[in-house]
This record gives sequence, structure tokens and C-alpha cells, in this order.
Amino acid sequence: MAETAAPILELSGVSKRYGGVRALDGVDFACRRGSIHAVLGENGAGKSTLIKVIAGVVQPNAGTIRLNGRTVTFPSPQAANAAGIVCIFQELSLLPDLSVADNIAIADPPRRFGLIDRRAQRRRAEQLLARVGCEDINPLLQVRQLPLSRRQMVEIAKALGRAPQLLILDEATSALTAADVEKVYAILHGLRDSGLSLLYISHRMHEIEALADTCSVFRNGQHIDTFPKGARSDEQIVQMMIGREWHSVYPPKPQRTAPPPPALELNGVGWENRLHDISLAVGRGEIVGLGGLDGQGQRELLLALFGVLRGVSGEIAVNGTPCRIGSPAAAKSPQVGMALIPEDRKTEGLMLPMSVRDNISIAALGAMTRGAVVDRAQEARRIDEVAARLKIKFGRLTDAVATLSGGNQQKVVIAKWLLTGARVVLLNDPTRGIDVGTKQEIYQLLRDLADAGTAILFYSTDYDELIGCCDSVLILYDGRIVRTLQGEAITEANIVASSLNLPLARAAAESAA
Amino acid sequence: MNDLRLRFGQNLGLWLGVLLFVLLYALYSTLHPKGWTVDLLVQNANESFALIMVSMAQAVPVITGGIDLSVGPMMTLVNCLASVLVSGTPGAIVLGILACLAAGALAGFVNGCIVVYGRIQPIIATLATGAVYIGIALFLRPSPGGKVDENLSWVATNALAEMDTTYHWFPDGPPAWFAETLGRVPVPIVLILAVVLLIWVPFRNTVTGRGCYAVGSAEGAAYMSGLDIGRSRLAAYTLGGLFAACGGLYLALQTGSGNADIPQAGAYTLNSIAAVVVGGTSLYGGSGGAVGALFGALVLRAISFCFRVFDSNGPLGFLSNPLLQPIFEGVILLLAVSLGAARVFRVKNRLTLFT
Repeated sequence: MAETAAPILELSGVSKRYGGVRALDGVDFACRRGSIHAVLGENGAGKSTLIKVIAGVVQPNAGTIRLNGRTVTFPSPQAANAAGIVCIFQELSLLPDLSVADNIAIADPPRRFGLIDRRAQRRRAEQLLARVGCEDINPLLQVRQLPLSRRQMVEIAKALGRAPQLLILDEATSALTAADVEKVYAILHGLRDSGLSLLYISHRMHEIEALADTCSVFRNGQHIDTFPKGARSDEQIVQMMIGREWHSVYPPKPQRTAPPPPALELNGVGWENRLHDISLAVGRGEIVGLGGLDGQGQRELLLALFGVLRGVSGEIAVNGTPCRIGSPAAAKSPQVGMALIPEDRKTEGLMLPMSVRDNISIAALGAMTRGAVVDRAQEARRIDEVAARLKIKFGRLTDAVATLSGGNQQKVVIAKWLLTGARVVLLNDPTRGIDVGTKQEIYQLLRDLADAGTAILFYSTDYDELIGCCDSVLILYDGRIVRTLQGEAITEANIVASSLNLPLARAAAESAA
Repeated sequence: MNDLRLRFGQNLGLWLGVLLFVLLYALYSTLHPKGWTVDLLVQNANESFALIMVSMAQAVPVITGGIDLSVGPMMTLVNCLASVLVSGTPGAIVLGILACLAAGALAGFVNGCIVVYGRIQPIIATLATGAVYIGIALFLRPSPGGKVDENLSWVATNALAEMDTTYHWFPDGPPAWFAETLGRVPVPIVLILAVVLLIWVPFRNTVTGRGCYAVGSAEGAAYMSGLDIGRSRLAAYTLGGLFAACGGLYLALQTGSGNADIPQAGAYTLNSIAAVVVGGTSLYGGSGGAVGALFGALVLRAISFCFRVFDSNGPLGFLSNPLLQPIFEGVILLLAVSLGAARVFRVKNRLTLFT
């Protein structure tokens, strides 16, 4: 039945160039009704451009798009919306100052006498929120008052409100909590069964396993292959995506006989009602993971260490010396030597309009001065070194960092902190929305840093990463460390069980049953 | 209950402005010998009208994340235009008023076109157009003067009761219910209410008006949500022009003449920005509103009213020194704005300060 269904959307020979870069190169692509179609590829493979072309955000240079068999052109997102194509973008499209109800109804609010009918609008928002299982969100709240994971659910409710024919999800689950992911899967399966088409972009293989019917792989702006789910092994898919041999994703972990001397020690750290009595130690050369469900205090812990939070209680010691860290400037000072790779590189990691060069050197400029003046020669030399070490791909050093791909932007953030010579590196979900190739490079880099004596505290929402990268994993639940997993005990079953604050024995028994 | 608290919390800036105005005006009225009388209210309302309108004119572009440095010049331009057009037969007066309002809206529309289609930053675009508008005003009225219909001027700047004595609404004399209550309401207050209720509130509840907040909040997200960003911006500047025109027209009625006063235009522009901020509208856009700007303007006016009533022999006598007044006005303005920034002390996560 699925094979006979006519394609709802067909692209033939679609090309898009940005300057000299071919983002899409003669792409033929079709998407059937009543299916969930996953699009895979590294960053820069052309997935985002494909979606932008379909959604009317950019115009293709060549080729045709057919919707339900008729040739169409979408000069603007409105035109695509009107034709029933609705996108949920990775960069959230919500308006932070407006209320949840305003946002959900933004494009076409219910009106009476030409004016917006607030009551009807609120009812509609409540219905749509109920449909995505988020009755707990008050539609009068401003979006800025919601955490990222809730905003993403609002975004999905907003998209459903537009009665889409073709729903495009671009990394739309990257910030969801585990419980919400289940809800979203159920909603998406329900939508597919009611005849909708879904185009789905994700970097998480297990999500694609759980959701998609059909997969398409893109590489360098070209459509490589389309196949039903399960027809190719993970290794084959990854090889198609990167176009080269794929060995182990994670570098090997060192074997230790004795615990290393601690570089970072916390004793009874608390903050507001979000962190309670956190005590931990990260040894020199150790990678310690922070795990657990999203929003259990992992981000706050990293921010507390980096001096962003006010009113942190407890003791923090770096290299055995107790210190008070009152600001990021104090955290990065040579006495402390800390670095934080933040969660959102676009707002907290980078100054997007500034050049690659200025972004890389900005945190370390204080150490590169002669008198009061920046030593340009030294700056240039050190930037060249670190850019080569991280294999950052850019046109010129003076290009705005906004022009780089997501993976390379993240490398710039990391390069910035490497230049400061930090001895304690905190990472807040650093591989979110990054392609597999860059992820692998980042894992290797972390291990190299650790081998050179850096202490690393690493929060990730991806359990695979914690298992593959970390020497030990601390699971947080409700602002407390509920379990420490080490060595062989770092398994997916143990992490999941600990995240839900279940005892390990019972979890093992359940998985055996 | 919970919903009410939410709404209150989201409009905290506005309520602070209202509270500040009530306190300052109560202090003024208490110290003033003619305090708490209709005469004083009428006089103060007249003195506040133009600034209120210009501040509301400023608020709309600020909500979209822009700014309009030409609100003062637009007001001055319409003021001079009114001194040419608003006189003669009743028909000519009505036409003249409509022409004045249309001229303001057109000036705002031109601002909007330059910002939207010329893609020039609002601050520089309106700086330039402001100079042009002042130039036109000088051309219309090289020296202060002109003529405005005296009857209209009289009723617009007095209590409603004067409407009857001037235009003879009630052939048998005013009924008691009118003279006792409604007749005591100053006309400028009625006009402001009319502008707010008939123009601002409906505009805010249109898709275009909502779009203004969306553009100021996150322009990219607004675009990706399929909103017509250009139309919202254009509407914001046009509406700003219309409000400024209301201010200019009233100034003409109040003074009975036109005056292309360049320093006055500049002062009105700068005060309008201060009023917008005092009224709880963020200069980054996306929040606040024209009603906040209204109260912001009232706060600014109330501050300067207060300086008139300090007894020069009393304990605060030094405050009545006119030479010191600008200093104190500036300090009080800073304090008023700082009230809104007090939330900084409650912030536990410093990152939220920047968003």
C-alpha cells in the first residue's frame, strides 16, 4: 500500500548555490503521503537547504517542485504555509515576549469584527496544548518564562494548529525531555496514520529507528540514496553520510590503577531549590559525565561552577585551593583556569557578526598583550595553531563566524577556550545539532585534552556519548547526585534506571525479564 | 486569580509608571493652593497633551524594535500646517483637521517606507526625515504666527461644559446631570481617551498590531511564522505619525498659532523616549505599549509640575530654584527608570540578565 501511494511532494533537478558553494546539486527527491521520511546527512550535506527550499525560505536556482502533482513555486514562507507545508525549525520560531496563546495563533488568530478574539484564541491554544499532552502549560505565560523543552512542545502545538499536509521537523526533538519525546513519537505516529507526510531531520540514530518509515541520505548537496527503514545497517548509513570508512566513534578510555589527583572538588554545593548538596571530584586527566533526565540541575551545576549564578552555597576547590568564583571573568582567571562550552553557541558561545579571528581570541586577549596593546603577531600565530589543531573549516579568518556551519561554529567556541589554557573544562551538551564527523573529532579532542592533564566535566543529553566518552558518570535527579557509575557499570540500562531514580538491581531484573 | 497575577506581572513596568504618576500628582495637588480643582486639572491636562501624544507616537516604533527621532518634528510640522488650515467656515475647519491628521500619517508612512523598503536603520532614517519635516514646517511658518479658529481653540482646552456655552448644545441651558458631572471633565482627557480606545486598543488587537510586538520580540521567528513583517513596521511608523499629528494639532489649538520651533521639537523627541522607557516599554522592543508611554509622559510632566509648588522658604526651598531644576529632573528621571531595573537584584542566574 505504501509503495502505491502517490508522492505528495516531488523535487526534480533542484539546485541552490550560495556564492560559490553548491548547497544543493541537482536533487531529485520524493516524499509519500502517510509516511515519516527521515533525512540524514552531515552538517553542510544540504539538509537544511533542502528544507528551506521546500518551505519557501530560499528560492532554488534551478529545478522544479511539484506538490500533489502540480508544479509550484513558493516565493515566501507564507506561500508554503498556505499550501499546507509547515516547518518546525531547529532554531525555534517562537516570539519570546508574546504569550503561549499568542504564539500558537500567531499566523492566523481567531477574529471577531476584524479584531483578535482573545478568548477563542485561548481556547484554541488550550486544545492544541492538550493534543500534545501539555495541559500543564498556562497559555497566558510568556514564552520566555518557559524552559527550552517546553518551548519545543509549544512549537509543535503551533505547527499542528495550521492543519499541515506536510510537516517538516528540523531537529525538533533536540531539546525535549525523555517523557516528552515519547509523547511526540505518539503524536507523530498518529499524524502519519491520519495521512499526513512528515519530513524528519535528526542526528540521533535511535530516534530515526523509532520513528521513520523511509530514510534518505544526503552528502555534499547530493541525494545519495533512499531506502526503507531497516534496509541498511547503521554502519552502512554512517558510511554513506561521511563517504569514508568509519571505525570506532569513541577513542579508547585509559586504564587506571589508582584514581588521579583531583583537579576540581565540590563539597555540598547548593543553589536555590535547584541544586542540593552536590559533592564530587574530577581528577586530572579524567572525563566525568553528568547524566540524567533533562532539567534535573545539570545545567545549573555547570553555571554555578562558572560563576554565573548568584547565591551558590558550599565549597568549590580547584587543584586543592578553595576558591570563590563570582563571575565568568573570575572563573577564567589563571588562578582558577576554568572554561565553559555553553549550551547555546549562538547566544552564549559566539558573537555571530564578529570574525572567526576575533571570536577565537576574545577570551584569551588579556594574556596576549604587550603593555596595553594586543600583540597582533602573537594573536595570529596562536589562532593559526588552534585552528589547525581543531581542523576548523573557514574561508578567511576575517569572515563573520555566522557564515560557518554549525559544527565549525562549535569548534570555534572550543578553540576560544583552548587558547585560555584552561585546566578545568566544563561542557554543556556540546554536540547538540552537530554532524557525526564533527562529533567524532570533538570526542577525540576531549580525550586528548584529558590525556594532557585537563579535568573535564561533561553534560550530555545523549546517553551514547556518556557511555562512550566518560570515565565515570554522575546521574542527577531533582538537583541531587543519585548515582555514580564507573567503568563497566556505565551502560544504557543503568543510566536510564538511575535517571528515573530506580534502584539498579530492579532495573537489571526488568531488562532480564 | 492566578491569571490576573500573571497579567499583572507581565505589565509591571506599566503599573510602576501609573503608581509613580499618582504619587507625584497627589503631592503636587496637595501642595498647590488651587489643588484638587477642575481649573488646575484642565490646565495640567492641556500642558500634558502634546507630550502624551508624542510619547505614544514614539512607543509604537519602539515596540517593533525601532525608534522614531522625527516625532517632535512631525508634531511641529502639523502644528504649523494647522496654523494655516484650521480656520474659516466649519466645513473648512473639518477639512483642515483631516488634512493635518493625514499629513502626520503620511510623514510617518514615509518614515516606514524608508525603514522597510530602504532597509535603513530607523535611528538614522528618522533623524534625516525629521530634519526634512522641520524644514517644511519652517517653510510653512517662517516666523511664529498664523491663525486657528478661536471657538475650537477655546473648547478644546477647557472643560466639557464650555462646549455647551460655545456651541449651544442645549437650547434650554445645560441639564443638571451634565453640569454637575460630565461637564467638569477636561476636553483634553476626553480626547486622549478617545485616541486610546478608538485607535490604539483596536490596533493592538489586529494581526498587524500583534505583528509589531512579534517583530520587536524576534524578527527572524516572526518572519518564519509567516507574518507580514513589512506591513507591521509600516503600520507602526504610520500610526506614530498619526499620533504625533494629534499632538501637533492640539498644540496649535492650545497656542492659537504655529511655531516651527527647532529646540522644542528636539526636546519633545527626547522626552518621548524617556516617557516610553518610564512607561515600561523596553527599547529592545517586543513589550510595553502606548498606554505605558501615556503614563510615562504624565510622570515626566508631574515631575516638572512639582517644582513649581515648592515653597522657596520651606525646608525643600532650594528645589524651587529654577537654575537647579534640570539637574533634579534628570536625577528623578534616572531614579524612576531605575525602579524598573530593580528586578536585577532578584536575578539569581546572571545569564537571564542578557535575554
